[in-house]
Amino acid sequence: MIRAALQAILSHWFRHPMQLATLLAGIALATGLWSAVQAINSEARASYARAAEQLGTAGADRLVPENDFIPLEQYAALRRAGWQLAPVLEGTVRIGRQSFEIMGVDLLSHPLVPALSEAAQLDDATPLDALLPPGRVFAHPETASLVEAANPPFPVTRAEALPRSILVADMSLASRLLRRPDTLSYLLVLPDQVPGLQRLETLAPELTRISAGNASAATARLTDSFHLNLTAFGLLSFAVGLFIVQGAIGLSLEQRRGLIRTLRGLGLPMRLLMMLFAGELAAIALCAGLVGLTGGYFVAAALLPGVSATLAGLYGAPVDGSLSLRPSWALGGMGMALGGTFLAGAQALFALSRMPLLAGPATRARGQQASRSHFLSAITGAVSILLGILVLANFQGLIAGFVFLGGIMLGAALMLPLLISAGLRLGAQLSRNPFGDWLWADTRAQLPGMSLALMALLLALAANIGVGTMVSSFRLTFTGWLDQRLSAEIYVTANSDVQGAELAAWLEQRGVTALPIRRKDIRFKGAPLRVYGIVDDATYRDNWPLLNGLPDVWDQVAAGDGLLVNEQLARRHGLVPGGSLRLSPDWELTIAGVYSDYGNPNGQAIVSLPELLARFPEIPNRQFGLRLPQEKVPDTINSIQETFEIQRENVVDQASIKGRSLAIFDRTFVITAALNLLTLGVAAFAMLSSLLTLWSQRLPQLAPVWAMGLTRRQLALAEVLRSVLLAALTAVLALPLGLVLAWALLAVVNVEAFGWELPMHLFPADWLRLFLLAILAAVLAAALPARRLSKLDPAELLKVFANER
Amino acid sequence: MVLRIREVTKSYPGQTPETAVLRGVSLDLEAGQSLALTGDSGSGKSTLLHLAAALDSFDSGEIEIEGTRLSRLGDSQRAALRREKVSLVFQQFNLISSLNVLQNIALHARLGRRWEAEWGHRLAEKLGLTSLLDRYPEQLSGGQQQRVAIARALAVRPRLLLADEPTGNLDESASEAVMELMLELVRESGTALFLVTHSAAIAKMLDRRLHLQHGMAA
Amino acid sequence: MNAKLALAFALSLWASAASPQSYAGLGTEAEGFAIPQRGNLLNFPGDHGAHPDFRIEWWYLTANLEGVDGRSYGVQWTLFRSALAPADAEGWQSPQIWMAHAAATSPTRHLFAERLARGGVGQAGVIAEPFEAWIDDWQMRSEGNSLEKIRVTASDHAFSYDLKLQADGPIVLHGDKGYSVKSASGQASYYYSQPHYQVTGTLSLPDGPVDVTGHGWLDREWSSQPLAEDQSGWDWFSLSFDSGEKLMGFVLRGDSGNFTSGTWISKDGGAEPLAPGSFQAKPLEFSQVNGRGIPTRWQASLPEKGVSVDVQALNPQSWMGTSFSYWEGPVSVTGSHSGKGYLEMTGYE
Repeated sequence: MIRAALQAILSHWFRHPMQLATLLAGIALATGLWSAVQAINSEARASYARAAEQLGTAGADRLVPENDFIPLEQYAALRRAGWQLAPVLEGTVRIGRQSFEIMGVDLLSHPLVPALSEAAQLDDATPLDALLPPGRVFAHPETASLVEAANPPFPVTRAEALPRSILVADMSLASRLLRRPDTLSYLLVLPDQVPGLQRLETLAPELTRISAGNASAATARLTDSFHLNLTAFGLLSFAVGLFIVQGAIGLSLEQRRGLIRTLRGLGLPMRLLMMLFAGELAAIALCAGLVGLTGGYFVAAALLPGVSATLAGLYGAPVDGSLSLRPSWALGGMGMALGGTFLAGAQALFALSRMPLLAGPATRARGQQASRSHFLSAITGAVSILLGILVLANFQGLIAGFVFLGGIMLGAALMLPLLISAGLRLGAQLSRNPFGDWLWADTRAQLPGMSLALMALLLALAANIGVGTMVSSFRLTFTGWLDQRLSAEIYVTANSDVQGAELAAWLEQRGVTALPIRRKDIRFKGAPLRVYGIVDDATYRDNWPLLNGLPDVWDQVAAGDGLLVNEQLARRHGLVPGGSLRLSPDWELTIAGVYSDYGNPNGQAIVSLPELLARFPEIPNRQFGLRLPQEKVPDTINSIQETFEIQRENVVDQASIKGRSLAIFDRTFVITAALNLLTLGVAAFAMLSSLLTLWSQRLPQLAPVWAMGLTRRQLALAEVLRSVLLAALTAVLALPLGLVLAWALLAVVNVEAFGWELPMHLFPADWLRLFLLAILAAVLAAALPARRLSKLDPAELLKVFANER
Repeated sequence: MVLRIREVTKSYPGQTPETAVLRGVSLDLEAGQSLALTGDSGSGKSTLLHLAAALDSFDSGEIEIEGTRLSRLGDSQRAALRREKVSLVFQQFNLISSLNVLQNIALHARLGRRWEAEWGHRLAEKLGLTSLLDRYPEQLSGGQQQRVAIARALAVRPRLLLADEPTGNLDESASEAVMELMLELVRESGTALFLVTHSAAIAKMLDRRLHLQHGMAA
Repeated sequence: MNAKLALAFALSLWASAASPQSYAGLGTEAEGFAIPQRGNLLNFPGDHGAHPDFRIEWWYLTANLEGVDGRSYGVQWTLFRSALAPADAEGWQSPQIWMAHAAATSPTRHLFAERLARGGVGQAGVIAEPFEAWIDDWQMRSEGNSLEKIRVTASDHAFSYDLKLQADGPIVLHGDKGYSVKSASGQASYYYSQPHYQVTGTLSLPDGPVDVTGHGWLDREWSSQPLAEDQSGWDWFSLSFDSGEKLMGFVLRGDSGNFTSGTWISKDGGAEPLAPGSFQAKPLEFSQVNGRGIPTRWQASLPEKGVSVDVQALNPQSWMGTSFSYWEGPVSVTGSHSGKGYLEMTGYE
């Protein structure tokens, strides 16, 4: 019995291969995009963990200094107190034209060494030569090639085990390259300590011990918001894909109502029938899920380099550019495929289970039902929007922001059919010719079948507008901010304090204002805080990107009474101008102002330089911002280099720095743009699939009109027009939704995720482009059915009139 | 002569001349005349009707509507002919579900730019539809729907009205009433009626009758 | 973990100093390092300090101790210096590498530990005056002047010790006034000892701390080419007889015959270099130690002084499983003379 029933049920797909393809494609797309995002997420997370492991720092606590270095003597003293520590020196070196992060380790003590020595032996080099000039650099093979391309004065050993983001060298070489012979960045507390040692807190109260878990958790926390963003995007794509699936499942069941009735009439129990349909869905979901996973893998592999750049750019978190198949997201993806398919099919299956044995044909009497369901769906949508607003109003945090976004998006999607229907009604009233009348009315008739696809389109368009507006606003703000922040014409870094002093004197002679850039890294409430000291200069007064401040903000800072804090710090600790901040037990300052500081996850403050030096006299004096007329810039750069033997890369003009910053910024949002476009593509496909599945229902509506004297070509044109009409209406409705989304991203999500709020700018040209893109998508989606219609054999249309149906 | 059919043959793919749907059918129909086409299932009645409506093409022979030879017409000229001179009433009514009754009645006429509101409303009144004009097809009974279809067909003031089992979906009393109304209106407007039916009773109500057997006039 | 990284770096280093195979790899030429010269007089306290011009050097203390519990113990404290290149430099640029071994031996236990350090950064080093040798928190430092009174400490997970040593005799120069020949072909080192330490202190083993007293022997040696090409290891004896006399004798095992030498130290501390071949030692008994057969009982003889003794390991399992591994442990002496001492055997890996 089962086999016969199954055969009857499955025969449907042979007659409707396109429908099957749509269903498979919908599930595959949904699964694919979702698992792509998850693959990227899990790869990135694994990468953080791996980086910690590869650098041998996974299991070890760290001793970090208050400012940015530990004197070598302190390391020796702690060693002599019996503590087993591995010293690490970190910094950036320029090799050729490229900068590299380098980690200097003592090859006798660092936990990473066994792996390195293995690599070194494979490379047929004596490991010990790494300790002697010219030294030796260890790097991941890809990174090694980059380094070797620059003809470095030392050999490079390839070590697969290292992350791509970093070079490793013995202290001897690293301290030479970084010109830091007598300071260290931090110390690893090796796991194996002899008991009974004097406590580190007593021996070195100025060093903070960060437990191994916390050190890597910091990266994870920092990047969590980014991954949450990606996940939200993945869910959106998944939802859009499910719209296709739901449409296809519903239609396939509806078209089989006659069959179902017959089977039940022949004595097949409803329960068994339901099980058969569920089995069919599961099989389809599994096949499509597999296809989706494969696709997702490739999408992820294509996007991962962009994500790596983003994470490195925004957070300095290392992510390798290669992807591996992880059971976590593969299984998760299959689960989502199955769960999503059943979610999408639930309503149809439920309706099926409630279907009376004898019921009239379902294709009739749709209009009334449709408008009632439009109304219900709109009410649900309104409730959803309201809930979102309530959550945002009553709860804080990133999750609340996303719940708000979810509520608004879902609500708007649910209200869409009613709104479009109203729009079409309005259009019909304006119509003055019969073809138009029919077109408007017919479009409205088609709406129930199209509404899911249109919801998908709405979400995709709104996401595009919202995210696009966010990114463009960010970029505009960022560009403006760079202009303000990078106000000096040249930035110079001297090789030493002595050279710095000489340079300053030399510049003064030549009438160039040199603004020293000097900073001290301290900790504030447990988090790193970088304090800059500035001299009183018009450059700051005229240009510094203040968000708000006291009226005499710069006077306060200059007088040593006030300080400026960046927005992140202000938001984190609820600081406002007029309040006060205690930088150290005996140093409390009035908060004179708050300034924007994009792209920096940490807190920052600005104080008067003499005040800072009075407390920290040892701060290096090597960096300067030079103010001079633009036309003198090239000459000045040349003569600085000639006079002081400062490397070219340490004398940079403003334009180069800006260019570099913007390049990093743009790279950061490549992933966003790609996901946007993919989502839009999925929505277009949803429209196509809806139009195709509606095909057989459409003929009875089209044939009479054809009989009344419209050509098939005209009908085809009408098909395209209808699609365009719906897409256009959807696009118009997507605009306000997109702007709400943009606002939420800028004013809620950004604040929670990064600690800065961005002003919103509007980009009508982008909207127009997107509108045209939506129209294009609609034309493309309708093109196939339209073409089919224009070539349709009249006999097919005549079948509609046939009496013996 | 409104409709002139000469030796028309028509076969569908896979059919031989011997088994063709139509094998040399001829007939003439003048203005104001009505003709009932009868025959068994598969005798080619509907096909002949569709050919006369310029909906489909034929293999040989000729069909002329008011002197226009259909064999020489392209797709858009046929469409124009359908808009202006021919209208159809089907067994399934085939109303446009997204349009209300008035819009359905007016649709064909307006497509042919021949809509006369006064005439349309008179038709509606005669067919007892005046109170139903703003309803949608799904809210009507079968008899009501068929009367809308007839109003739609006649609103064009067609030269030729083609009806395919117009009462096939109606019960006996309803179908008689609908037929009487249709015939009255046909006579009034001087339209030629070409009607396909398998009901002898209905065939008797018309001026002439033609019986089709195996694609040939019997 | 230490063992692993030592495998990577230190092993090749120390093995190169001790085993001829890898030493041969480095070449028997000194490659710019200084070479011991006969007739070059040693200078104290300066020569207690490091000699970075030479490739290798060590400060090697062994002690035979009695616990208040009546048990015999042995303690070892060794600091090795190895230069990757001649001469020294500041900070991380220094080519000096330091390694230390500490061990505590009882009849039933042998505990040992190892430390590694870079030179130049203060983690390890030796200063001649006031004398101090250290690596991490292990140290040997003068408590007065020179080497006469020193304090030695080391600690690890399973053991630690804190010993005070007081010399009651003079420093002994081996060979020709400290120039000690190590092979027939003339390889040599600078070599002197302070064998006259009276020791008191505390030894902490897993069972708990125990107060100990006894005798200590410090060896100082530096060179750039200690072994001849065909030599595979050595057996080294430092024996203190109850009579007050002492014997240092070593056998350098070579393919073309063994090379033996040593020093006879009289009661008053006078040193008498032994002619090559006059000291003889032959294995009497082998023990399975860490998978190898190692002679842990010896017949040692020096006919010219009427010495013919049976040298027996206190704990045959005194294997130093450090990155450069060897056998080192206390011994008891019976026969023509009775006493105690230390035995070191290398090249049995």
